[in-house]
Amino acid sequence: MYRSHVLVCGGTGCTSSGSQQIMETLKAEIEKQGLTEEVSVVQTGCHGLCALGPIMIIYPDATFYSMVKVEDIPEIVAEHLLKGRVVTRLLYNETVTPAGNVKALIDTDFYKKQHRIALRNCGIINPEVIEEYIGTGGYEALGKVLTEMTPDDVIQCLLDSGLRGRGGGGFPTGLKWKLAKQNDADQKYVCCNADEGDPGAFMDRSVLEGDPHAVLEAMAIAGYAIGASQGYIYVRAEYPIAVQRLKIAIEQAREMELLGNNIFGSDFSFDIDLRLGAGAFVCGEETALMTSIEGNRGEPRPRPPFPAQKGLFGKPTILNNVETYANIPQIILHGPEWFASMGTEKSKGTKVFALGGKIHNTGLVEIPMGTTLREVIEEIGGGIPGGKKFKAAQTGGPSGGCIPAEHFDIPIDYDNLIAIGSMMGSGGLIVMDEDDCMVDIAKFFLEFTVEESCGKCTPCRVGTKRMLEILTKITKGQATMEDLDKLEELCYYIKENSLCGLGQTAPNPVLSTLRYFRDEYEAHIKEKRCPAGVCKALLSYRIDPDKCRGCTLCARNCPNNAISGTVRNPHVIDQDKCIKCGACMEKCKFGAIYKK
Amino acid sequence: MKTLEELKAIRERMQSQVSMRAEDHNHTRVVVGMATCGIASGARPVLTKLSGLVQERNLTDKISVTQTGCIGLCQYEPIVEVMEPGKPKVTYIKMTPDKAEEVLERHLIGGHVVEEYTLSAADIK
Repeated sequence: MYRSHVLVCGGTGCTSSGSQQIMETLKAEIEKQGLTEEVSVVQTGCHGLCALGPIMIIYPDATFYSMVKVEDIPEIVAEHLLKGRVVTRLLYNETVTPAGNVKALIDTDFYKKQHRIALRNCGIINPEVIEEYIGTGGYEALGKVLTEMTPDDVIQCLLDSGLRGRGGGGFPTGLKWKLAKQNDADQKYVCCNADEGDPGAFMDRSVLEGDPHAVLEAMAIAGYAIGASQGYIYVRAEYPIAVQRLKIAIEQAREMELLGNNIFGSDFSFDIDLRLGAGAFVCGEETALMTSIEGNRGEPRPRPPFPAQKGLFGKPTILNNVETYANIPQIILHGPEWFASMGTEKSKGTKVFALGGKIHNTGLVEIPMGTTLREVIEEIGGGIPGGKKFKAAQTGGPSGGCIPAEHFDIPIDYDNLIAIGSMMGSGGLIVMDEDDCMVDIAKFFLEFTVEESCGKCTPCRVGTKRMLEILTKITKGQATMEDLDKLEELCYYIKENSLCGLGQTAPNPVLSTLRYFRDEYEAHIKEKRCPAGVCKALLSYRIDPDKCRGCTLCARNCPNNAISGTVRNPHVIDQDKCIKCGACMEKCKFGAIYKK
Repeated sequence: MKTLEELKAIRERMQSQVSMRAEDHNHTRVVVGMATCGIASGARPVLTKLSGLVQERNLTDKISVTQTGCIGLCQYEPIVEVMEPGKPKVTYIKMTPDKAEEVLERHLIGGHVVEEYTLSAADIK
């Protein structure tokens, strides 16, 4: 019996900021103080506040320490664990009231509007210990399904819950299962798409790292519902921690016979294997993913036939996203009405978002559908650093679009986002402020698609490349208005004619920025000006002679010796030599250097 | 795993461990003074006893046992404070593991303050 649990985040974010070393030091220090019998150290998955890592939470008092360093450990052990004195200087500042009192983590702005279903165990349990998952009610849904429900009951439950695919498409999960069940075959498959590839998205990784058993349990439920005995998780090899935890989880589930033959004494047998992806973005597309599992080059194939008819190895297959699966055991346990009571009319439940970009609390949040973008960014996300003005949020990665400030109060759900030209996507949410150039953002995503296009169909292979060329011309100030028309025309052509989702959605970042920020495109073309001051070819750094004190700091820091001048006299930047790195502007103490 | 009972048995064994990590405004907080004065007069066995009992009886979802520093009444240590939501704080003094068990039984489970061990029963001048 331990009287205290010290949770150390072992997600990718905190691991990269040194949480493993912290754990080891912690264990050693606890032993030194003779507390081994009283205090348990638990490695968990992601808590969500990645910006503050490494994170440590001490229970039962739920003290939240952020940015913990190895040097802090002896103090934490001697003061907090032994004497019960909170080490105030390490507290997450949001948990300290202005009066100096410690408030509960669940009352902080970051957590209080969140509702955790898919992430409910992330950061709470040790993902490498199956008993901890069982301790929170794990595998009970599978038990319930196998002993009390027919496959049709399970599918009906999902249909009633209104759960839609969390990978971005938003297809009703129950319907997908129903179609796969209806197709008779000697073998069917259950696949999990863990090939999370959008830049800035890490929801699925966090679920796999923090609560892998939830995914295994849901896949077994899916197997029972559609009549499959084999599951595959397609996870990218760039997620080493997730892969490792999945391996451990599968092993433990097999040992406990929660995977294998005659689970819970029923006729149902199910096993799961891992397949590692080499990181091609297109393999997140369902038909390409299955082709890759089959051992072939990951290229999409035309639909129909849909996977529910002819999927993996030509057999009926269902393919769901990690987050979708993570919701399912909870829906079975609490009932479809419980799930459907959250969210909006057509989008039920919650959605996990990975907050990134110009936002205070970079990290992982799970919010009920229908929460407004304003709540997510200003309240949960803590707003934009440096008092800058919000310009747009990008959702859906390279397939999505941006949401401008005018839609700040729109409730986030599948249909609303589509209506304003973006999409839910898998959950990446990148915040942009006044310093971001929308043409440059569109160009960034197009560079990504050009790189990741598999090359099978011409509209995507050639079309995206032509689009990128035009965008590059625009950012260099060499484009004409005819080019802009051509760009837009290409967008629609590629959308209509590409083989798979990658190509069909590739023009979205351009279309949505054109829709809301056409003036920025036109400024680049007509005035040869980048309003946000990002596109290097269109801006020049200048020194204001009235403000310059001639301190020579800029000249000394210029990597290309482009700045000249004598001491105490205004300096000048030689525009021919300037490489526009901005180092001078950063160094100037008098604000004398500006971008034009 | 052949039966639901097996699963249930594991769950019950683990539940008190995992539910210690929940945060809830309705928790009853039991706080043991663990400053130098508290430790010197034997607070640690009191703390481990209380914490152990709460877990053994699967009460971690309702009661959390934590420590605190010196509250300034060193001669009355070990001190245990019980804070139930919506009720005035009760301070128990000169606790021992046995007294702690009695407090758990009669106060935390039974709902009756063990008056004779409280600070208000002691004769403070």
